[in-house]
Amino acid sequence: MSHLTREEPTLAELSRPKKRAVKFPRAACAKDSQPLIPAQYLRKTRPRLPELSELDVVRHFTRLSKLNFSIDTHFYPLGSCTMKYNPKRNDTLSTLQPFLWAHPAQPEELSQGILEILYELEQALVEICGVRRFSLQPAAGAQAEFTGLMIVRAWHRDHGNDKKIVLVPDTSHGTNPASAALVGYQVQTVKSDERGLVDLGDLESHLGPRVACLMLTNPNTLGRFEVHIQKIAKMIHMVGGLLYYDGANLNPLLGTARPGDMGFDIVHLNLHKTFSTPHGGGGPGAGPIGVADRLVPYLPAPLIGRDGGCYFLEPAHPKSIGRVHAFYGNANILIKAFIYIKTLGAEGLKRVGEASVLNANYLLTRLEKIFHVPYPGRCMHEFVVSTLKENPHGIRTLDVAKRLLDFGFHSPTIYFPINVKEAMMIEPTETESRETLDHFVETLETIADEARHHPERLRQSPHTLAVSRPDEVAAARTPKLVWDEPPLASPDKSPEGILALKSQR
Amino acid sequence: MPYVSHTPQDQDAMCAAIGVRDPRDLFREIPDAVRLSRINLPGGLTELELSRRMRELAAKTEGTHSFDSYLGAGSYEHFIPSVVSAIVSRGEFETAYTPYQAEASQGTLQWIFEFQSLIAKLTGMDVANASHYDGASALAEGAMLATFARKRPRILISETVHPEYRRVVRTYLSGLDVELVEIPMLAGGRPDWEQAERLLDERVNALLVSSPNFFGQLEDIEVIAPRVHKAGALLVESSNPIALALVKTPGEHGADVSVGEAQPLGLAPAWGGPYCGWFAARQELTRRLPGRLVSETRDRNGRKAYVLTLQTREQHIRREKATSNICTNQGLCALTATVTLACLGPEGLKEMAELNTSLSHYAYDRLLEIDGVTPFTSGPFFNEFAVRFPKTTQAINLKLLKKGIIGGFDLGRIRKDWAHACLFAVTETKTEEKIDRLVQEIKACLI
Repeated sequence: MSHLTREEPTLAELSRPKKRAVKFPRAACAKDSQPLIPAQYLRKTRPRLPELSELDVVRHFTRLSKLNFSIDTHFYPLGSCTMKYNPKRNDTLSTLQPFLWAHPAQPEELSQGILEILYELEQALVEICGVRRFSLQPAAGAQAEFTGLMIVRAWHRDHGNDKKIVLVPDTSHGTNPASAALVGYQVQTVKSDERGLVDLGDLESHLGPRVACLMLTNPNTLGRFEVHIQKIAKMIHMVGGLLYYDGANLNPLLGTARPGDMGFDIVHLNLHKTFSTPHGGGGPGAGPIGVADRLVPYLPAPLIGRDGGCYFLEPAHPKSIGRVHAFYGNANILIKAFIYIKTLGAEGLKRVGEASVLNANYLLTRLEKIFHVPYPGRCMHEFVVSTLKENPHGIRTLDVAKRLLDFGFHSPTIYFPINVKEAMMIEPTETESRETLDHFVETLETIADEARHHPERLRQSPHTLAVSRPDEVAAARTPKLVWDEPPLASPDKSPEGILALKSQR
Repeated sequence: MPYVSHTPQDQDAMCAAIGVRDPRDLFREIPDAVRLSRINLPGGLTELELSRRMRELAAKTEGTHSFDSYLGAGSYEHFIPSVVSAIVSRGEFETAYTPYQAEASQGTLQWIFEFQSLIAKLTGMDVANASHYDGASALAEGAMLATFARKRPRILISETVHPEYRRVVRTYLSGLDVELVEIPMLAGGRPDWEQAERLLDERVNALLVSSPNFFGQLEDIEVIAPRVHKAGALLVESSNPIALALVKTPGEHGADVSVGEAQPLGLAPAWGGPYCGWFAARQELTRRLPGRLVSETRDRNGRKAYVLTLQTREQHIRREKATSNICTNQGLCALTATVTLACLGPEGLKEMAELNTSLSHYAYDRLLEIDGVTPFTSGPFFNEFAVRFPKTTQAINLKLLKKGIIGGFDLGRIRKDWAHACLFAVTETKTEEKIDRLVQEIKACLI
C-alpha cells in the first residue's frame, strides 16, 4: 500500500471532454420530427457527469480498492461486528443468472427456485433461533430493529396497552435506542453489574406497567452470557413487556442455545455478521426478523408459503405492520446466507460457535498480560480490554488502534461499549487461524513496548498508509460532501439531441 | 468444517493456553435449561454438491434473461457494462467493513464521496448522502426529515407514487404523531394538483411526489412546487436516475429533497434486492440528513483525505436522539451505481435515456394501433406507460407467458377495477423486432 504515494484524483478530476466508455446503438424508430417528450419537461443542460474512458474507470477503481483493508486481505478483530471470512461460493452461486435476472413482480411460477430457497432459509433460521416464523424483508439490522419494535407496539396496542418505555442495557448498540425513538418510545437505560451482566436490581427498579420491551444482546457486548436470562425473561413478561433479541452476537450460540428457548419473543439477525454475507464497505446487509407464535400475524407481509411442491407469497395478515421494503427484501443477500447454512449444516454451525469462543478466549488469555481487563474471567465470542497495563506516557486506545494499522491489522472496535473507559472490543471470529491470532498478539506486545519507550511513534501513527489521522473536526465544521464544479470541461449543450429524438408518428 | 482452519494440535494448544480441556468447557456458564443437544438441520454439503443443488434451484427460476420482459413498476432491466461486476466483485471492496477507520478505508470513503457527488450533480441538488436501503425507505426518510424539520401534523403524498413506496412511508411514519394524507390520482395517471393546493397549509410538513410516477407519467412538479413552499412545507421528489439525463431535475423543479432508486444504474432486478436508495437535498438541510456522509478533508500531513462526517447526527453517538437509526448505507450497491455512472458518462446516460424513450414510445404507439386497446395513461412519459385491454391483463399475460414473454405489470393487482390495465416498461434491452413480436402476440390473444 505504501507505494501509492500519489493522491488518487476524483472521477471529476480525471474527466476529459469527449472521453467515453459506453455507447448505445440508435433505435431505427428514432426518425420523425415530433419531440417525444414536450420541451417544458426537458432539462436545459446536460448532467454534469465526468467523461472517462473504460480503462480510466478500471484503473481508478482498482487503485481505490488498494487503499482499503478488507477481510480478503486483513484480519479485522472488530468487536460486535463478526468480521468472518465471506466464502466465495456464496458469491458465485448466488449470482447465477436466474437469481440476478428474476423480476420481483414476475409470476410466482417463474420464481419457484428463489421462493424455495427463501422458504428453506426461513425454516433453517426458525430452527436455529427457536422461534415460530421469520420475515426476511428488513434490509439490515437497524431496519429489523425498527420492524421488531413496530411489532412490539402493534401487539401492545392490540391488547389495549399504550406502553411508552423501551429498556436497553448500558452496553447496548446505539441502534437500539435510536430505533426505539423512531417508533415513538422513550428509552431508559439499565445498568450493568460488576460482572458485566444486566443488573437485576436496577432492571427491577425500571420495570412497571409502562414498559413495552427490553432489548438485549446475548452474549452482551462485553462478551458475557446473560446467565440470568430466564429470570430476566420472567421479569419482563410479568409486567406484560416483550423481550427483544438483538442478533448481533448470535455467532457463539449457533447450535448450542436458541434465543426462543431463553424466552425471547422477537429476534433479529444480521446475516452480514453471523451468516457470512459480505459487509461491502457498509452494506447491503439483511436483517430477518423472527417472532414467537403469538406475534406471527404482525410480521411484515408477504411471508412465503408452501402448498405441496409449490411456493407462493402469502396474502398479508390484517394485523401485519405493513411493509418496510418495496419488494421482498435483499433477496440476493438472503441466497448467500442460505448457501452458507447449507455448506455448514447442523454440525458445522455448532463448530462455528465453538471455534469463535475458543479464538476469543485464546486471545483474551494472552492479552490480559498486557491490557487491563475490566471484567475478568472467561468470555464468549468477544471481550473488552481497556488501557495498557504499563502505560507511563498515557497512551490512549485510539493510538493503539491506529498503530495496529501499520502492522496490517484492522483496529478492534474502540470506545464501545460506552460503559468501559478507553474500551477496545475484540472479536476474532472462528475463521482466523492460530497463526494469525499469535501474530496479532505479538504485534500488540510490540506496540505495548513502543508505548513505554517510543510513545510519539504511537501518537503519530499510522505511518505507512496513504493518509494519517484525517482532520475530522475540520470536516464536521465545514463538510465538503460534493466535489467542486467544474473540472468537467465539456461545454453544456442545449439538448438538441433530445429535441431531435423522433418517432414514427 | 470448511471455514475453521484449526488442526487438532492447534486446538489442543489453544485449550491448554486457556486452561480448559475442550472448547465445550467454555460454554459452562450457559444454564442447562436453555442448552440444546443439537439443532435439527441436515448435514453440510461440499461445494460440489451445493453447486449441483443451486443449479437445480436456478433451473426452477426464470427471469428477464430467459423471457422478453416488459415488467418495470419499480424494478428495471437495463444493460450493465462488464466493468461493473469486475470492479464491484473485488474483495477489497466487497469484504471491507464500514469505513470507521479512515486510514484503512480511503478506497471506500473516496468512492462514497464520488457517489454523493454524482448523485448531487445528476439530481441538481447541493448535497447527497452515502445511500439508503432502497428508493422506498429513502422516500420514507425524506418524510421523516420533513417531519423533524417542520414539526407539523401532516404529510401529503400523491397517490401516483409507487404503491409499495406509499406503504413503506406509512409504516415508517406510524411511529410519529403525523397523519399521511393521499392526493388522489386523476384519470390518465396524474395527480389532482387542485386537491393538493387545497390541502397545502400550515399543517403540512411535506408533499411527496414522484416523476416519472408509478404509471410512468412525468408530472408537472414545477406547478405545485411554489404552492408547497408558500405553505412552508418541503417538497420531496422521487425520480428515475436514467430519466434524469433528459428531464428536468428535482433541483430545477425546486425540490428540497431528492430521493430515488438507483437500481437502474447497474443493479440487476435480483428479485427485488439489494437495491440502493439515494437521498439528496438542498444545502440548508445538510445537518438534518439521515444516514452516512463522507467529507473531504486533510490529514495531519496536509494530504487530501476522506472521512465519515457529522457523525453526531448518528445513532452510535446520539443514540435515541439520532436523526435516523440507520448505521449502514447500501455499500456495494452504491459502488455499483458509481461505477456505472462513471462508465456511462453524460453522453452514455443520455443515449441510454433516448433509446428508452424512443422504444417505449414506439411500443406505446404500436400497442394503441391494436383494435380495442386504449390509453390508460395519456400524458408525457419516459420509459413506462399503461394501456387498457379489452380483456383482463391477467388473461393476456398468461397467454404471453406461453410465448416466452413476460407481459407488463397487471394494474389489477393494485385496484380491482384496473384489471384491464397494464403497465409496460420498455428499456434499451428491447428492440423494435421484440416489440413487434409483443404486439403480434397480444393481437393474437385478442382475437
